[in-house]
Amino acid sequence: MRTVISVTNLGKRYGKTVAVDDVSLDVREGEIFGLIGPNGAGKTTTMECVQGHRRADRGAISVLGLDPQRDSTVLRQRIGVQHQEAHLQKRIKVWEAVDLWSALYSRVVDGDALLERLGLEAKRNAWFMTLSGGQKQRLFIALALIHEPELVFLDELTTGLDPQARRAIWELVKGIRDRGATVFMTTHLMEEAERLCDRVAIIEHGRIIEVGSPAELVRRHCPQRTVVYSTDAGTETLHGEGDDFITDVIARIARDGIKVRGFRTEIPTLEDVFLKLTGYGIRD
Amino acid sequence: MATPFLRGFWKLTWVETKVFVREPMGFVGTLIMPVVLFVAVGTLVSDIQPGADRVRGLPADAAATPFNAAILAALVIAINGVQSLVAIISIYREGGILKRLRATPLSPVTILGAHVVVKLCFTVASLALLVLAGRRLFPGVMEVNTWSFGVALLLSTLSILSLGFVIASVVPTARFAQPISAMLLYPMLSVSGLFFSLDRMPQALKVAALMMPTTHAVGLLQGVWDGSGWGTHWPNALMLVVLFVVYSALSTRVFRWE
Ligand SMILES: Nc1ncnc2c1ncn2[C@@H]1O[C@H](COP(=O)(O)OP(=O)(O)OP(=O)(O)O)[C@@H](O)[C@H]1O
Ligand SMILES: [Mg+2]
Repeated sequence: MRTVISVTNLGKRYGKTVAVDDVSLDVREGEIFGLIGPNGAGKTTTMECVQGHRRADRGAISVLGLDPQRDSTVLRQRIGVQHQEAHLQKRIKVWEAVDLWSALYSRVVDGDALLERLGLEAKRNAWFMTLSGGQKQRLFIALALIHEPELVFLDELTTGLDPQARRAIWELVKGIRDRGATVFMTTHLMEEAERLCDRVAIIEHGRIIEVGSPAELVRRHCPQRTVVYSTDAGTETLHGEGDDFITDVIARIARDGIKVRGFRTEIPTLEDVFLKLTGYGIRD
Repeated sequence: MATPFLRGFWKLTWVETKVFVREPMGFVGTLIMPVVLFVAVGTLVSDIQPGADRVRGLPADAAATPFNAAILAALVIAINGVQSLVAIISIYREGGILKRLRATPLSPVTILGAHVVVKLCFTVASLALLVLAGRRLFPGVMEVNTWSFGVALLLSTLSILSLGFVIASVVPTARFAQPISAMLLYPMLSVSGLFFSLDRMPQALKVAALMMPTTHAVGLLQGVWDGSGWGTHWPNALMLVVLFVVYSALSTRVFRWE
């Protein structure tokens, strides 16, 4: 599989603050790759260096085979970006933004069809400032997709959105990948990373501490499983490891003819992996 | 079919125009207020009968004449434009709008140039209103070569505008943009020679005043008005160009996009 982004030993500091210490990663064609880490870990800085909007202090970056600094003009036509906490002109209308962006790229998709796909057709004439958080984010997705980029960057796309809006956006992001583009995203939300990303990299203090698919990371770092069941006599909690553990417990309950009133399993998630590796949780 | 570059430029300029006109105070504040100010001040100081021929050859510090009121109003229009530009740039920077625009194929010059064009257009429209009002209310006084005055004011506006970009680069947040630019620009007017002659100022203040575009703007505009014209006031024109170049160069070094 082709490598779309390749970063080697990236470093970037702002004055005395080391934002990115040493980051190396590869993003493969057609995947959703997530960069996850606590506030200030260096996610945005890494992403902006890859986009070519920020100059790295050291390290090598290749995006679609191009140098993001030297080939920035060509690259801008081929990537789509959405920034963390971005805004547009307060009183720009949705269709005006789409129309403006359409004028900037050499090859664009139909703006109205795109708005419809993103559920914004009713908001065509609305001012940006009157949109809800979810609608604003969907508009930013539209602007990132207007030129059918091969590679899309999404920085904290769902922060601050309610669960419904968040889920709707997840579907949209999956849709981007299913149409053949590669997605490089960052997020605070472990649930989001787990459901959306094919692979994730965990970043802390400007360093990548682990890379893999969410399932792989859970298997590697948190193999323990817990089963809690209750009977007339009380509640029983069992701990074990491995994929067969739960099956074994069920088999034993059946064999012993235990009358179970309640049954629940606790399977670690990416969040547990994250807590274990970084030693603290992420607050949304 | 225009090139993508030009297409982007005109699209952006048009969008910024519409966005500006939709602002509650944008339209009224830019187009109407300066004219109202001019009419009020002009009427107040008008100790001459409309049509009287007393204006030519007045000493430079004779501030109380409608034609100085016209210059004052013209500069207020220019400064208004600059102030509004500073405010917009800082709001766009704070909101990440500048950053988002920069992530598109738009060039930095296009992004900022669109605003300059919008401001200049409104300045021109506002001035046209001013001239119309002046011709009606103070006939005889507004007998000035409109083109010559227009070119002088364009030069003045560009020079003040380039200073505006320096200010826009250093204001920390959008909240301070308006007060800081007002605090810098309006005092410049007060020492510009419009209200009292430069020669009466202390030496240090005079030197400072000569570094400001407003001073030369006043000199040139008064010159155009009283008939001495470009021939006598070319040093003012030259200084406006020099200051424009210096401030523009400075702002490309200190300008911050985020
Ligand atoms: N423009 C800047 N100037 C100075 N310091 C900065 C700048 N941008 C980021 N930093 C600092 O660099 C570090 C990394 O910031 P970055 O924005 O990359 O983190 P992040 O992982 O995206 O955080 P978050 O989850 O809060 O978005 C932080 O300590 C931050 O304070
Ligand atoms: Mg960030």
